[in-house]
Amino acid sequence: MKFARDTWLIFQRQFLLLVRQPVWLFVGIFQPVMYLLLFAPLLKPALQASSNAEAYRIFVPGLLVLLAIFGGLFQGFGLIAELRAGVIERSRVTPVSRLALLLGRSLRDVVSLIAQAIIITLLALAFGLTVFIGDLLLAYLLLALIALMTSALSYGIALVVKSEDALAPLMNTIAQPVLLLSGILLPLSFAPGWLQGIADWNPFSWAVDGARALFAGDLGNDAVWQGLSVMAVITTLAVTWAAREFARSVR
Amino acid sequence: MIETKGLRKSFRSRQGRSKKAVDAVRGVDLVVAQGEIFGFLGPNGAGKTTTLRMLATLIEPDGGEANLAGADLRTNPGEVRRRIGYVAQGGSTWDESTAREELVLHARMYGIGKAEARQRAERALEAFQLTEYADRKCKTYSGGQRRRVDIALGIIHDPKIVFLDEPTTGLDPQSRAHMWDEIRRLRAEGMTVFITTHYLDEADALCDRIAIMDHGEIVAEGTPAELKREISGDVVLVTVEGSAQDAAKVLETEPYVTRLETSDESGLRLYVNDGARDMPQILRALDTAGFALSSIELHRPSLDDVFLTKTGRSLRES
Ligand SMILES: Nc1ncnc2c1ncn2[C@@H]1O[C@H](COP(=O)(O)OP(=O)(O)OP(=O)(O)O)[C@@H](O)[C@H]1O
Ligand SMILES: [Mg+2]
Repeated sequence: MKFARDTWLIFQRQFLLLVRQPVWLFVGIFQPVMYLLLFAPLLKPALQASSNAEAYRIFVPGLLVLLAIFGGLFQGFGLIAELRAGVIERSRVTPVSRLALLLGRSLRDVVSLIAQAIIITLLALAFGLTVFIGDLLLAYLLLALIALMTSALSYGIALVVKSEDALAPLMNTIAQPVLLLSGILLPLSFAPGWLQGIADWNPFSWAVDGARALFAGDLGNDAVWQGLSVMAVITTLAVTWAAREFARSVR
Repeated sequence: MIETKGLRKSFRSRQGRSKKAVDAVRGVDLVVAQGEIFGFLGPNGAGKTTTLRMLATLIEPDGGEANLAGADLRTNPGEVRRRIGYVAQGGSTWDESTAREELVLHARMYGIGKAEARQRAERALEAFQLTEYADRKCKTYSGGQRRRVDIALGIIHDPKIVFLDEPTTGLDPQSRAHMWDEIRRLRAEGMTVFITTHYLDEADALCDRIAIMDHGEIVAEGTPAELKREISGDVVLVTVEGSAQDAAKVLETEPYVTRLETSDESGLRLYVNDGARDMPQILRALDTAGFALSSIELHRPSLDDVFLTKTGRSLRES
């Protein structure tokens, strides 16, 4: 009860501060729309898809997963600014739940990601994507898990390194292989065998496969439950670890 | 109200390749009574902030124990948090929120309900003369206004003890006087106030009791008057035209000089038993040795003199 209340309190505050920055809305929507408009036309021939709808069914879930990963991974910068301002220390002298300090923030990130995802889905629908609403909601759940995980990781790492200068290269180093090996932009079915072998070890490639199956309307596909479970497990670990970092002494 | 025993903390920090341990706090024993303004005086790096951060549950002590308002620091930090307030040296407000938002949020983090939190925020804004700026973003505040918000935040939940880390650093003299009044008002309400400061006059005027800290240890403790009384006699400040070192050689041998320090190129600090009686003798001795005086001053020992005799350094210099 106290925990839920605390989480809601932190979430409200963070959400309010976010919507006060209209720049965020602009950047958050502009980027994916560019991908959709400028990149997608190349897809149909490249993927040898039979229709625009099919091309979008492959591309859009990948794009959404990409946004979830990146949107989350770079949240740590905001936290470093809060650390510097003394806001985190001020929170830590109160009896507020440490898990709530993390979750309130991460849930804000999840909500803003889902808002982005809805806008992109609507646009893609206008361009000819078709998807079942039930499958779509399940895909959003998957995205929410990813965003929760990556933002929690980012917050945890921010608390450990405590400086933007260290966080930026670290996040890029994590993001790059994750991106290249997850088959996000193009499916790995084109990749040589050894590359696919490595990709199997990339948890996000499971997530992408799951999301693609959902957008394809293939709810019974093993990739769906596998993707969801892999993400759920890693998210739990990431959240537990990051909440501990909030509880530990930081300066 | 506060009782600590053997509180210790050392930090491991990297210096180039080698790791070095800094003993920031080495065994602090303190007793602070309820309703007292207790001052922590010491130069940069003495370990004041580290001690406060330990007492405020922000860092775990390496050793020792503490009891705050009846709650044990080690076994029950959650209860300690409920009973204390803490105002950090570096501030605690977020640029993009308003003072009112910060106060309401902070009250709510202590589990206070929404309506009650709003009322408390309103009262705090009034008490700290912030009503006028309450709904402006914190980034638009002056340093003094911002500091007042910090302190209002620290006491929004009516703690039994409040820790204020350098509450007046960076304030102009008028704001500083205001802040002293605020702090005295907290005491009048029965709160125990624990402040740190670099200012001797502040410690002297504001604090009921003080502890002088140096290199992680408490070197003296008592009321300002007690501490000054420990240094018997008076202080004579002499500035000569020429080298203070040479003048020191002359005065060292005078029997009535109990202690002597050179404070800079040409300044001397003499501790004597009775300034009024000994000053003429000092003048005579210097005159005989051929030193021309540029000034001579007599005063009662200050806290700086206490610091000087306890640590061998002046607080002003360090
Ligand atoms: N997180 C840390 N890591 C490493 N060393 C630290 C850390 N925090 C403090 N120290 C060191 O511990 C010592 C005591 O620092 P502290 O901040 O307690 O001093 P202070 O008395 O508050 O000084 P000031 O008057 O400058 O605020 C200093 O030498 C400082 O460099
Ligand atoms: Mg300090």
